Amino acid sequence: MKTAMSGLDLRRATSLDDALRIMRDEVRMPIAGATDVYVALNFGQPMPRHYVDIWALDEIRTIAMRGDILVLGALASFTSLIRSPLVAVHLPMLVEAARLVGGIQIQNRGTLGGNIANGSPAGDALPVLAAVDAVLVLRSVDSERRVPITEFYTGYRKTVMRPDELITAIEVAPVEGRQYFRKVGTRAALAISKIVIAGVRSASPRIAFGSVAATVVRVPATERALASGATIDEAIRMLGTEIKPIDDLRSSAAYRSQVAANLLRRFWSS
Amino acid sequence: MKFILNGATTEIVAHPMTRLMDVLRVECGLTGTKEGCGEGECGACTVLVNGDPVCSCLMPVSQVADAAVLTIEGLKGEHPLQQLFMDEVGAQCGICTPGMIMTALTLGPKPSLDDIKTALAGNLCRCTGYSAIYRAVLKWRGLDVPA
Repeated sequence: MKTAMSGLDLRRATSLDDALRIMRDEVRMPIAGATDVYVALNFGQPMPRHYVDIWALDEIRTIAMRGDILVLGALASFTSLIRSPLVAVHLPMLVEAARLVGGIQIQNRGTLGGNIANGSPAGDALPVLAAVDAVLVLRSVDSERRVPITEFYTGYRKTVMRPDELITAIEVAPVEGRQYFRKVGTRAALAISKIVIAGVRSASPRIAFGSVAATVVRVPATERALASGATIDEAIRMLGTEIKPIDDLRSSAAYRSQVAANLLRRFWSS
Repeated sequence: MKFILNGATTEIVAHPMTRLMDVLRVECGLTGTKEGCGEGECGACTVLVNGDPVCSCLMPVSQVADAAVLTIEGLKGEHPLQQLFMDEVGAQCGICTPGMIMTALTLGPKPSLDDIKTALAGNLCRCTGYSAIYRAVLKWRGLDVPA
C-alpha cells in the first residue's frame, strides 16, 4: 500500500438515508466493494481522503422487476448478476459481461453501480447498459432523477453526477431483439479489455463499444445505416467515423479499429 | 472491532481502512495470506469472507466487522486439498498456493475441469503450468483426471 492510511478517513453509512445525509454534509467518495478504490490506494494514485462506506446498504442491492422494467440495485455484485434468474431472462448479455469481470474474487465484491461510477471506458458492463439505453437512478437527500447512461458521461471519467448524489439503481426497459456481447482482451477473464461490443440485433439495431473512446459510446450513424439496409461494409465505413480509439499500454488504435470492424461484422452476421 | 477469524472471535484495533490482508499478516501474525499484485489480478491474497473468496488486499478491514474470515491457517495443515497439492506437486514457489487452495475450497462437489479453470481464473500461478493444480483439485473431489 503506497498510500498513508493515517491520512484517510471512513464513515460507515447504516442506511441509504444516512449515506445521503453524510454526502450532503461532507464531500466523501462512496466505497462499496472497493475493488477500484483500493487498487488506486495500493498504487498511491491521487485519491480523495474522505470516504463513506455504503457496502452495508442492502436496500440498494436487490434485483427485481417493477412492471416490465428490470431494476438492478446499484450494489448488486457481478456474482449476483451472474446468478440472477431475472437477469438471465431479460438481459443475458449482462451475465456474459459479468462473468468476464476479473476472477470470482472480484465478481464477489465489484458492483454494477461501482462499475458505472468508476467510469472507466473499459468497464465491461457499460457497453451492455448503453446498448439497451439503461437509465440510472441518482438520489440525493432531496432529489431523485433519472439519467440515461448514454447521457451520463461527459468525458474521460467525468459524469453529470453531483458530489451529493449516489447511483441507487439501474433500470432496463424490455429489450426486443437478440443480444450480443463480446470482449476482446489478452485472456478471457482478468484482463482489462482491449475492446468490447454489446449489441441488440433487431430492425433498429442498437450497438455500443467500450475502449474505443474516452467514454463508452453508442454508434448512432452506424446503427442508422444498418437499419436502413446499408451493407455491412458501408456500416463499417460509418463506424470508422464514429469511434476514436487510442494507443495505450493495452492495445493500439489501429488494432482497435480493425477489431471493432470485425466485431461489428460478426455481430451483424451472427 | 470484532470479527471471527478461523473460527475464533478476534478483537483488533486498526484504522478502518487498513487492508484486511495487512490486519491478517501484521496484527494477527497470519502470514500464510500473501501479497501479490495489489490490484485484484493474481489472487495470492484470497481469503474467504462468510464463505466467499475475496481479495484481502482490496478490502477495508471495517467491512469484515462481525463476519467470518477463513485463511489458509484455518485449515491447520490438515485439509486433504493441502496434502494433494503436495502429492501432485501443485505448489512450487508457494506464493499462489494459499490463495489457490482457499478459492478451490468453494467449488461444488462435482466440478468439471472447466468449472475448476473458471473458478481459479483469478488465481495466477507462474510455476506449475496449472495442470498439477487441476489434478489435485480433481482428485480431492474424487473425479477422474484427464489423460
